[in-house]
Amino acid sequence: MLGQNLLLLLAVLPFLGAILAVTMPVGARNAEVLLAGAVMVAGLLGLAPLAGEVADGGVVARSIEWAPSLGLDVTLRVDGFSWLMLLLVYGIGLLVVIYARYYLSHDDPVPRFYGFLLAFAGAMAGMLMAGNIILMVVFWELTSLFSFLLIGYWHQNGAAREGARTALIVTGAGGLCLLMAMILLGHAAGSYHLDDVLGAGDRVRAHPWYGWILGLFLLGAFTKSAQFPFHFWLPNAMAAPTPVSAYLHSATMVKAGVFLLVRFSPVLGGTAAWFWVVAGTGMATLLLGAVIATWRNDLKGLLAYSTISHLGLITALAGIGSGGAIVAAIFHIMNHAVFKASLFMAAGIIDHETGTRDMRRLSGLRHSMPRTAALAIVAAAAMGGVPLLNGFLSKEMFFAEAADWHNGTWLDNALPYIATLASIFSVAYSLRFIVTVFFGPPATDLPKEPHEPPVWMRRPVELLVAIVLLVGLWPAAMIGSVLHSGVLAVLGGNAPYYSLALWHGFNVALMMSLTALVLGTVLYFVMAPRLSRANEAPGILSRIRGQQIFDRLMLTLTRRWPARLYRILGSARLQVQLRLIVLLSLGATAATLWGFAGLVPRELLQSFDATFALLWMAGIACAIGAAVQAKYHRFAALALLGGAGLVTAVTFAWLSAPDLAVTQILVEIMTTVLLLLGLRWLPKRLREIEGDNRLAARRRRAIDLVVAGACGAGVAAIAFAVMTTPPGATIGDWFRRNAYAEGGGTNAVNVILVDFRAFDTLGEITVLGIVALTCYALLRRFRPAPESVALPSQQTFNELPPLNCPREREAEREPTRHDLMMLIPSVIMQWMFPLTVALAMYLFLRGHDLPGGGFAGGVGFAIGLLLQYLATDVRFVESRITILPVRWIGLGLVIAVGTGMGSFLFGYPFMTAHAQYVTLPVIGQVPAATALIFDLGVFATVVGATVLIQIAIAHQSLRSARLRARESAEDANPREEREHRLEEQQQQQEGV
Amino acid sequence: MELILSLGIGVLVASGVWLTLRPRTFQVIVGLALLSYGVNLFIFAMGRLVTGAAPIMPKGGFVNPEAYADPVPQALVLTAIVISFATTALFLVVIMASRGLTGTDHVDGKERSP
Repeated sequence: MLGQNLLLLLAVLPFLGAILAVTMPVGARNAEVLLAGAVMVAGLLGLAPLAGEVADGGVVARSIEWAPSLGLDVTLRVDGFSWLMLLLVYGIGLLVVIYARYYLSHDDPVPRFYGFLLAFAGAMAGMLMAGNIILMVVFWELTSLFSFLLIGYWHQNGAAREGARTALIVTGAGGLCLLMAMILLGHAAGSYHLDDVLGAGDRVRAHPWYGWILGLFLLGAFTKSAQFPFHFWLPNAMAAPTPVSAYLHSATMVKAGVFLLVRFSPVLGGTAAWFWVVAGTGMATLLLGAVIATWRNDLKGLLAYSTISHLGLITALAGIGSGGAIVAAIFHIMNHAVFKASLFMAAGIIDHETGTRDMRRLSGLRHSMPRTAALAIVAAAAMGGVPLLNGFLSKEMFFAEAADWHNGTWLDNALPYIATLASIFSVAYSLRFIVTVFFGPPATDLPKEPHEPPVWMRRPVELLVAIVLLVGLWPAAMIGSVLHSGVLAVLGGNAPYYSLALWHGFNVALMMSLTALVLGTVLYFVMAPRLSRANEAPGILSRIRGQQIFDRLMLTLTRRWPARLYRILGSARLQVQLRLIVLLSLGATAATLWGFAGLVPRELLQSFDATFALLWMAGIACAIGAAVQAKYHRFAALALLGGAGLVTAVTFAWLSAPDLAVTQILVEIMTTVLLLLGLRWLPKRLREIEGDNRLAARRRRAIDLVVAGACGAGVAAIAFAVMTTPPGATIGDWFRRNAYAEGGGTNAVNVILVDFRAFDTLGEITVLGIVALTCYALLRRFRPAPESVALPSQQTFNELPPLNCPREREAEREPTRHDLMMLIPSVIMQWMFPLTVALAMYLFLRGHDLPGGGFAGGVGFAIGLLLQYLATDVRFVESRITILPVRWIGLGLVIAVGTGMGSFLFGYPFMTAHAQYVTLPVIGQVPAATALIFDLGVFATVVGATVLIQIAIAHQSLRSARLRARESAEDANPREEREHRLEEQQQQQEGV
Repeated sequence: MELILSLGIGVLVASGVWLTLRPRTFQVIVGLALLSYGVNLFIFAMGRLVTGAAPIMPKGGFVNPEAYADPVPQALVLTAIVISFATTALFLVVIMASRGLTGTDHVDGKERSP
């Protein structure tokens, strides 16, 4: 149990740390280091107790249900192989955290750096521990994302942005391929659990999709591990801060690809295709990386290509796939991580202390920084495969495997020669690193005077180099057990015998090593004078750049083709676009329903009713009238629209939907008032639009008429066909049977809304709130059309009461014509206010059992408030009632979500409702369902949203009145104008 | 009844579609409102037409689902009514702002020759 909880800790802690890290102040460097270091140490401490459990091929796993219906669980598992990878993530992570403290300058915002770094560690740990292959891809993509953010950490630098984007596109696209591969793989294996998949190798290899699975899987792994021809993103990623390069782009993230290759080699490997593609790609990358690395002048560029080359080596081993090759691959993953991380850190120190990474300028640093020189020389020697260092051991294993017989193909026969050739170059570039940087005369023209770095910047390198030496000298004692449990985890019972001894006698592998060392040294000293003059790559390779091909491809895919497509298909005219959409949906519907054209109505369920026919004659007339009048007679169109809405409401009432009828009527009122308010700001059209009767315009109207007619006829036909078909059993039956039994309410519609499907309703009221806030926000910067700024004729005729009359003096002022005209309606409306509120409350409270509910009640309440605005004017109302619609929205949402979360207290899932009846004295039985509280949230949100929208529009009159006042005052008194502006600002800050 | 209602829905949809294809913003907003009536009635009609059988259930006992109107389309339409109010409001605000900013009520924000 302890082990299982530790898994959760290992996966979650880095993310928690990341959240904490980004909330710290920008300059909190030491606090950030303490936090990040503590997380890494906690990870290491968490790993320690697991070592025993995974030692003999054991697996620690923990499963949490995620989407059980889809067979998706959050399963975390650790075995020997992922344990040793986690050791690298947390161990090197700790060293990088310490190193970065001294590497980053004072101007770099540290919270962002450590936040991303910790989140990356979490993503990496999650990827390694995922016990479900889909979950693995999720974390896989997260590592790509955080790598993107970390490469682009210095986002003011163009190269960093470019490198980050390239890395994201390449590895992200690879991740998508991997996702597809994993979906197919899970399907072929019959399970998405890693353990099941690992055990289903025979079935997968025999599956007809094997080719697709392998291809997509390898695309994912190769892009991540920078294998040829996707290697070009890694050198560009060197624009990242050096700690990031050391951590992500040498020790951990790029190892994810080879981790995957090794992990899945028992499932997908063992076939000819696997050998050819994986071993072939690996060998090509090994050679290419080593050759180009020799020519690079940038220290980090050299290390990047060297990393590519070493990743190729590991990939080739995974491709060979024999037991010994897997042992060598795992061993080399660890060794490479250790010496390459230390080399990157050393390169960072050199860059930090001298101001350059260009090997053409660096020279003789052993005089000014002897300790760093010693460390870097040892690490570089390990990179070159010098005996007594850790790199030598795993390289020997590689040579032995390359020389071994596997399948007798020409690639198999060529392996030892390619391996030796690549190693010659590997020795050459390691030697170049050592000789150019540290030997020779001290450099004179460096940007900074070189000296040793701060002690703690060097400590991580010292520790790593110590490991290089210790592993190189006593491999079995140092990491024998860790390697053994890793090998057992991958190969299980098939683990071969291997020996970690230093001396295996004079065998082929040793001969190859010695050849490489001798010839590599010779090669370097022959080539040395020419290397720095060449264009960063030998001969033809200097002209073929993966990056250029990639850039050209991106330009074509994201710029040229879309532009051409737009020229062919696009239109800036909304009408044309909309007509295309309508035609497309019309065509799609027609195509779908083509086969059912012969569907004849079976029975008419309802008899003909003359009143209903009359009602709809009126409705149809209203609809057509609105369509005809909307261009020149907007007010008439609005009235006719209301008519159509009323007919709709009556139809709802007629056909057993009282809830809909009530809501429709109330919303109809709101919509009409809203559009009327809007019309004030949409100037009246006095003369005919120019060109409105030209042939082109008429033709377009005719086409649209045909399109609209076809749509209407189609919808009518479908509606008729469905209505005359007996319904059969529907999900509605369940709701009808269980509305009372399960939801405790007799109004099935309301019970669905606030209980069975309350989550949907929550989403809906959230949308409502967002829309209202958007309207409000849009109107805050509203500038009316110039021709509608002036007071409309109705208002000038009726003499509105003065705007700036204080409340206490209102009784004394002379009644204007407006006051007199509105006297009786306004008295009625004011007196009706309590009644309207009571009606709204009544609608709300009865909702669970009878027609009504939160929506109807809310709109009703809003209408009550709206009537007060109509009865008098904005100032009158707002000096008497304080309405804070934004708070209503917020409160409503809090109530709704709070009710939903209340069920957590009782151990039920979100939004579980509880219903019961409570007997109150005098009143009797009262329903007390939690759904009623939820409905209260709906009520409040609806009130807030509708009122906010209406008031926001109504307030435009006030604002434009102020605008007019300011304009008239402008000439007379400029100071007053300033005060007006101040007043307006205050108004905006106050809100509505 | 079915015939009348489907004709009504057809006309509402046709008027709505025709108006949404028009160039003036006010036409489009009226068109959207008409279209939403048509679509709401259409969804509602998917539960079949019944009269005098509102989905108000008895308290307990055996419930015969056949005797009541289908509440599911009604619940769908109820939320749709409120949401279409919200979209109408949002659209109205947008066309007001667009009218003020561009000086025209053409949907493209500028007058175009037909």
